[in-house]
Amino acid sequence: MKLHEYQSKQIFAKYGIPIPRGRVAATPEEAKHIAEELGGRVVVKSQVLVGGRGKAGGIRLAKTSKEAEEVAGQILAMEIKGLPVRKVLVDEAAAIDKEIYLGITNDRAAHKPVMMASMAGGVEIEEVARQTPELIIKAHIDPLLGLRDYQSRDIAYKIDLPRDHWRVFGQIARGLWQAYLDCDASLAEINPLVITGENKLVALDGKMVLDDNALFRHTDLAEMRDLDIEAPSEIEARRYGLSFIKLDGSIGCMVNGAGLAMTTMDIIKLFGGEPANFLDIGGGASSEKVAAALRIILSDQNVKAVLFNVFGGITRGDEVARGILAALDEVKPQVPMVIRLVGTNAEEGLRMLANAKMITAETLADAAKKSVAIVKGGAAQ
Amino acid sequence: MSILVDKNTRLVVQGVTGNEGLFHTSQMVAYGTNVVAGMTPGKGGEWVLDGKVPVFDSVKVAVEATGANTSIIFVPARFAADAIFEAADAGIGLIVCITEGIPVLDMMRARDYLDQKGCRLVGPNCPGLLTPGEAKVGIIPGNISIPGNIGVVSRSGTLTYEVLYALKLVGMGVSTCVGIGGDPVNGTNFIDCLELFEADPQTEKVVLIGEIGGTDEERAAEYIADHMTKPVVSFIAGQTAPPGKRMGHAGAIIEGGAGTAADKVKALEAAGVRVASHPEEIPGML
Repeated sequence: MKLHEYQSKQIFAKYGIPIPRGRVAATPEEAKHIAEELGGRVVVKSQVLVGGRGKAGGIRLAKTSKEAEEVAGQILAMEIKGLPVRKVLVDEAAAIDKEIYLGITNDRAAHKPVMMASMAGGVEIEEVARQTPELIIKAHIDPLLGLRDYQSRDIAYKIDLPRDHWRVFGQIARGLWQAYLDCDASLAEINPLVITGENKLVALDGKMVLDDNALFRHTDLAEMRDLDIEAPSEIEARRYGLSFIKLDGSIGCMVNGAGLAMTTMDIIKLFGGEPANFLDIGGGASSEKVAAALRIILSDQNVKAVLFNVFGGITRGDEVARGILAALDEVKPQVPMVIRLVGTNAEEGLRMLANAKMITAETLADAAKKSVAIVKGGAAQ
Repeated sequence: MSILVDKNTRLVVQGVTGNEGLFHTSQMVAYGTNVVAGMTPGKGGEWVLDGKVPVFDSVKVAVEATGANTSIIFVPARFAADAIFEAADAGIGLIVCITEGIPVLDMMRARDYLDQKGCRLVGPNCPGLLTPGEAKVGIIPGNISIPGNIGVVSRSGTLTYEVLYALKLVGMGVSTCVGIGGDPVNGTNFIDCLELFEADPQTEKVVLIGEIGGTDEERAAEYIADHMTKPVVSFIAGQTAPPGKRMGHAGAIIEGGAGTAADKVKALEAAGVRVASHPEEIPGML
C-alpha cells in the first residue's frame, strides 16, 4: 500500500526527521490560508500516487498567497497519468544547495533491508542506478540488530557528505529506519533530502510503501489507503478475498492459484488473444466466490469470452462444477464460456457441466485457442 | 532416494487442531506420511484423527516425546513467524511453512535466525513437498504424481500440480517435488534444490518452475551453467504481467524494471536450459 507524500512526511516528522513547514489542502481557499500562515514563497504539490508529478506540471512555486490560491486551483483541476488530484501539499519553499537521496527498501536476494544513499538526489533512484550505479552507496541492515550508528556514518563518509552534517544525517537515518520498522514498510524514501541555503538538512519529499501483509497490526495506517489508484473492480474483488487485477484485453480469466492464473494469461497471449484480467479464486470454489468473481469479470464491457481454468486437487472437480453451476444460475452470463477442468474427479465435474452450454477444452492450449477463436469471431467448436 | 522428505521423515504438525491443519494432517496420514505428533498450545494431551496423532503443547515437548525431525506449519500469518522460531529452537532440522501472508520483516528476522541455527526452511506461502510413494509433507494432492526420476522445484502451487499431473498422464514420475513458495523472502531457494537434485542418485532430470519478481531464477541460471550436469527444463509464469502490480503472490511483482519473465527466460536459455512456452510442453521436452 502506497502512502502520499504528505502522509509519509508526517510519519517522518514523528521520528525526528526535519521536514518543511506546511499542510495539506483540498481547496484553493485552504491553500491560500496555509500560504498566508507560512508567509513568503511556497511550493504547491499535487498529492497523487504516481511518479513524474513535477514534469506533468503538478508541482509549482507561488510567490504570494494569492498566487498560491490560483496555482492550487489549477493543480486541483488536473489529472496526472489518469489520476485526479484531490489534495495539494502547501510547503514553505526552501533554497536548495544540494540534493541527496536516502532510502530503505527490502533486498530480496540478501533477505535483509538495505539503506541506499546518493549525492545524485532529486532524480529517480532507478535512473541513477542505470546511469551511474557507482554513485549509490548501500548498507544492508541486520533485521535482528537494526541500523547501527556506524553504518550511517559510513554512508555519510562514502557519499562525501560534509562533516558538519554527519550528526544530523545520523539522526535522520536512524529515524528513517525506525519509521520503516515500526510501519512495516517495504520502501521509505527521502528524495531529495536537501542541504538548504541556511546549511540545514531537510526532507523535501517523502515516499512510503507499506507491506500489505502487515496491515493487520497497523489499522491506523490501513485507513490511509487511497482507492483512486485501483480500478473499482479491484476494490470489489478485495471485499470477497479474491486476488484480481484488471487488464485491457477481451478474454476474462477465472483460475485457481496465482501461478496458474498468470500462466493462463500468458497462454491466451501466446495464441493471439489478450487477457482481460488476472484472477485467483484461491483454494476451494464456493458458489459465492465464483459468482462474485464472474460478476466482477463481466462488469468489464470489453470481455467477450470467459475462460475457466481449474485444477481439481484437494478441491475435487465435481465440487468445483457444483460451485460454477450455482454461480451461472445466479449471474446468467451472456458471453460464451470455455472451461478446462482437470485433476481429481474432473470427468464427473465435466459431466455435470455438460448441460450448462459451456465450451469444454481438454488442455490449456486447447482452451486458450477456443477462447481466442470466439473473440476473433471464428468458430469455437 | 529422493530429497528432504522420505520414509524416515517423522513429522510434527504445528497448528494441528485448526481447520486447515486437521484436514491436511488427515490427508498426509492417508498418504502414508509418518505423522508422529501434532502441536497446539493449550491442547496438549488430546488426540486427533481417532487417536492416531497425539497433540502436545509445544514443539519441544513433541520432539522429546516422539523424535520428530520435521515440522509443518499451518498457523495463521500473524503467529507463523513465532512458530518458525519455536520449531528452530526445538531442534527441528526441516521446517515447512504453508502459511500465506506473513509480513516480510517477520520473515527476514526468521530467516536470519534460521541461518544462524543451521535449520532449513521450505516456504512460506508454499504447497510443501511430495516424495511420491514415500511422504507428503504439505498440501500437494497425493494422487496426481507417481514415483520416478524427475525432480521438480517451483515457486507456485496449482501450476506445479498441473505439471505433476501432465507428467503422470504420460507415465513420467517424480523423485521429489519441492514448492519453495511465492513470498519475496523465503527459506530454501532454487539453488538449494538444484544442488540437492544434482547430488540425488534417483533424480535424472529437473523441472524448474519460476515466475516474475526478484532474481532467483537468474541466480539459478548461473548455478546451472556452472554446476549442473543433469538436464533442466523450465517454465516461467507472468510473461503478460503488468509492471508494478502484485500478481497474487507477494513476491510476484516487477519492480523498477527488474524481475520480468523475459529477463529470466533469457538468463535460463543462456545457461542451456530449455524453457517451455507453456506448461503442457514440459513432458515432451524431458
